[in-house]
Amino acid sequence: MEMLPGIYRWIHIMAGVLWVGLLYYFNFVQVAALKAAQADSTAAGITKHVAPRALFFFRWSALATWVAGAALLSSNFAAAFMLQAGFQKIGIGAWLGTIMLVNVWGLIWPNQKKILGLVQATDEQKNKARRVAFLASRTNTALSIPMLFFMVAQSHIPM
Amino acid sequence: MKNPLDSLWGTVIAGFVLTIVLYYIAKSMIGG
Repeated sequence: MEMLPGIYRWIHIMAGVLWVGLLYYFNFVQVAALKAAQADSTAAGITKHVAPRALFFFRWSALATWVAGAALLSSNFAAAFMLQAGFQKIGIGAWLGTIMLVNVWGLIWPNQKKILGLVQATDEQKNKARRVAFLASRTNTALSIPMLFFMVAQSHIPM
Repeated sequence: MKNPLDSLWGTVIAGFVLTIVLYYIAKSMIGG
């Protein structure tokens, strides 16, 4: 039983690397690659074969990261989310991670399903979905920077 | 005004700016 917090932390970090790694892949690589691929009509290679696979691991690793983080907080879960004394730093990190998770499942994935043709959508709906998914993904990229800072800060950055 | 999230580097800079803002908010909450 005394191994459990370490195991939760291990899973939290592994899943988090997969999640944020794929988030950075989308934002640092795929957005620009798709633009170039559309210009020479090779975008289907990405939208048909790469994006659905990346999105599968992206959304499930996001959930796994959050669940393992909640397990790691354990009895301090409420103290962290209520930003109680001693838990302000990890609490801010946990809130940022939670907003990011909601963005993944509430905005990015439902809109990506329209973009990739997994659910029916008109061209107008697809265009709107592209913009919403893009901005939600960019928002998560921006939020990941303070989120990681506060995850590290809890034990390693005095304030 | 252009949305900074439309640019990759605008996004990264926005993330760092938000980090600084939240750092000072956290610092004042902690009382440091």
